[in-house]
Amino acid sequence: MNSRIPNPVAQLDMPGAAESAVRRPTDWKSGAMQSRVRRRYAAERRFRFLGLTAVLLSVAFLTFLLVTMIGNGIRGFTRTEIRLPIDFPASTLILDPAALRGPEADRALAGADLEGVAAAAADTAFGQGGNRLLSDGAWIAVRQAIKADPSILGRKADIWVPASTGIDLAAKSEAAAADEAAHARLEQAGAVRTGLNLGFLTAADSTDPTLVGIWGALKGSLLTMVVTLLLAFPIGVLSALYLEEYAPRNRWTDLIEVSINNLAAVPSIIFGLLGLAVFLNFMHLPRSAPVVGGLTLALMTMPVIVIAGRNAIKSVPPSIRDAALGIGASRVQVVFHHVLPLALPGILTGTIIGMARALGETAPLLMIGMRAFISSPPSGLTEPATVLPVQIFLWSDEVNRGFVEKTSAAIVVLLLFLLAMNGLAIYLRNKFETRW
Amino acid sequence: MASKIGFIGVAAAALALSACQNQDGGNSANGGARDQIRAVGSSTVYPFTTVVAEQFARKNPGFKAPIVESTGTGAGMKLFCAGVGAQHPDIENASRRIKKSELDDCVKNGVKDIVEVQIGIDGIVLAESKTGPQFKLTEADIYKAVAAEPYGKPNTAKTWKDVNPALPATRIVVYGPPPTSGTRDAFAELILDKGCNADPATAALKKTDEDKHKAICTKVREDGAYVESGENDNLIVQKLVANPDAVGIFGYSFLEENVDKVRGVAIQNVVPTYDTIASYEYPGARPLYIYVKSAHLNAIKGLKEFVQEYAGAWNKGGYLSRRGLIAAPDDVRAANLTIAQKLTPLDPATIK
Repeated sequence: MNSRIPNPVAQLDMPGAAESAVRRPTDWKSGAMQSRVRRRYAAERRFRFLGLTAVLLSVAFLTFLLVTMIGNGIRGFTRTEIRLPIDFPASTLILDPAALRGPEADRALAGADLEGVAAAAADTAFGQGGNRLLSDGAWIAVRQAIKADPSILGRKADIWVPASTGIDLAAKSEAAAADEAAHARLEQAGAVRTGLNLGFLTAADSTDPTLVGIWGALKGSLLTMVVTLLLAFPIGVLSALYLEEYAPRNRWTDLIEVSINNLAAVPSIIFGLLGLAVFLNFMHLPRSAPVVGGLTLALMTMPVIVIAGRNAIKSVPPSIRDAALGIGASRVQVVFHHVLPLALPGILTGTIIGMARALGETAPLLMIGMRAFISSPPSGLTEPATVLPVQIFLWSDEVNRGFVEKTSAAIVVLLLFLLAMNGLAIYLRNKFETRW
Repeated sequence: MASKIGFIGVAAAALALSACQNQDGGNSANGGARDQIRAVGSSTVYPFTTVVAEQFARKNPGFKAPIVESTGTGAGMKLFCAGVGAQHPDIENASRRIKKSELDDCVKNGVKDIVEVQIGIDGIVLAESKTGPQFKLTEADIYKAVAAEPYGKPNTAKTWKDVNPALPATRIVVYGPPPTSGTRDAFAELILDKGCNADPATAALKKTDEDKHKAICTKVREDGAYVESGENDNLIVQKLVANPDAVGIFGYSFLEENVDKVRGVAIQNVVPTYDTIASYEYPGARPLYIYVKSAHLNAIKGLKEFVQEYAGAWNKGGYLSRRGLIAAPDDVRAANLTIAQKLTPLDPATIK
């Protein structure tokens, strides 16, 4: 470091340097220099510390969110069941086991008063009012059991049925005193168990927290995202390519650029109003359908993809284009063989950000009717559906206290969906990434 | 140049294709009859209609589950009255009777006959934490505590004692619904308005200057004593538990569901219970309705059966009462059962 190459720090060091032709070497041992060096190191450490604090703070927030959500939500994935002994021959049920093996099984079961049978069985097994220990949908479990094995109609059978919300809460956390007592009694009799709630992952919305499922909303979200991606990605990428590679630089393209930047910053509820006016009122598309939700969210996501895409395309070195053109490639070949593959990782990053925002969006979807109560999962793009964030919003407002843990469980599912989506995009990005 | 045109062509084709696809989707859903019932409207009636919808779908595997949307009574009326046809809803959930202006709007759009069915009674209750001071209020106390300008003068009351010397000297904190909520409308109409008319001078104002009377009687103070807590009533219950001196306003079903945490506040010495609300003794009681389009009764599969299912569920001890709906008096129930069975259209002359 004692070289004679003039450097600004050294010059600043010596006020008299301008007069003397020969520069004295820097005295690194001097007190002033030492303290200066110390200050530099301190600034370095301070900056590193601040950066680390910032990272730790965000990690702490994320951990807090995840821990509380998973802590509350994990209980939403389990449910409490009660062993209900039913004496079928002695019950009022009149069902022909032969009819249940045929294709008419559903119709035969629909006509039977299973609800009454389950209620009566509960009253005999657990005393008067035993029916209140069971979920309102307990008889559905009975129906499934009969359908799975019609031969139980000829004998006494023990069927595990979902417990009421009160018992469920008593088994997992705290509940009203009466429910706690009832649960303690059941536990003593060994007639209660808490296990994985498969119904939560396969059913749709319900008014009873012991019967709700997330699959309906998850499927709605999937369908909506597919429509959004199919529309926003190609349109966004094509716009970005055209604007970067073909469009002449003039007043009009400037205007378009400003408009797209503005569009990306428009509050999402505005897109909901636009969707309501254009897709529902003008084009008469069905209300609450994933196709309308997807269209609305595509409008919102597209500008984000255009902006990210343009930046990614801009960062492809011009030398690559020149080289390709130089050996005789056409403009389209340059774009599709060289520019697009190189820009793809950046475009995908923009797409992830846009899609993640679209996945978590509720406001525009409320406007187009995707906040309805829908008790069966959507079977197509035009079927009524709801999406995960709206489902969370709906459940948080439910009267029944059993919905609290279901809301957290739905949030966990939403976070997992987000994680899976981002994971896929990161994998694709790394696959296409080129380093030079 | 050629590539440029080609590019635009591709983009245009992609656009056209997507638009085309959507139109197809729209047609298949709108062209013929819809095969499931659609209901819109009040968030108060929403939990009851959803339960009926669920039971209806379980008991009748031949019909698809109805779709119920919670839009609020006013917005729901707009959708309901927009016309006849598969793209318009069949049922409107209402936490108040239809207004004359809404009925006119309906008729103008071709919705000539509608069936009005009262499904039961809802109670708007004031509640406090179980560890609270056991408030006993009158309508006038509540009005003086939360109105912006009680009897035309700015509200200066800080504690309940300022309102009524018999009450404890705790700070006034009332958690309630925002102005967009039907519950808030009902609270203003059922409780504030009555408290306001307790003063003869203000009551007389109604005849001379109705707008001013309305402003004085229903405007709620904005200096922090009345806390708007959103539409989420669970949040109000949590706040009451955290702050035992506060009072919350919400639907009776939330009080019933959280009896281990909160208790009802007596108004005019009437405690909110199932019976006092059913008899309209508690001032916060209001009837709930559903409106059904007559023109859709035959066109939409299962609509008639759905109304029957509703009528079978609203009795005392029926599954709706387990969800917090309060059964209407026997004669009202009988009258509405007849309407639900015969599907008699509403007589427009009875609507003010």
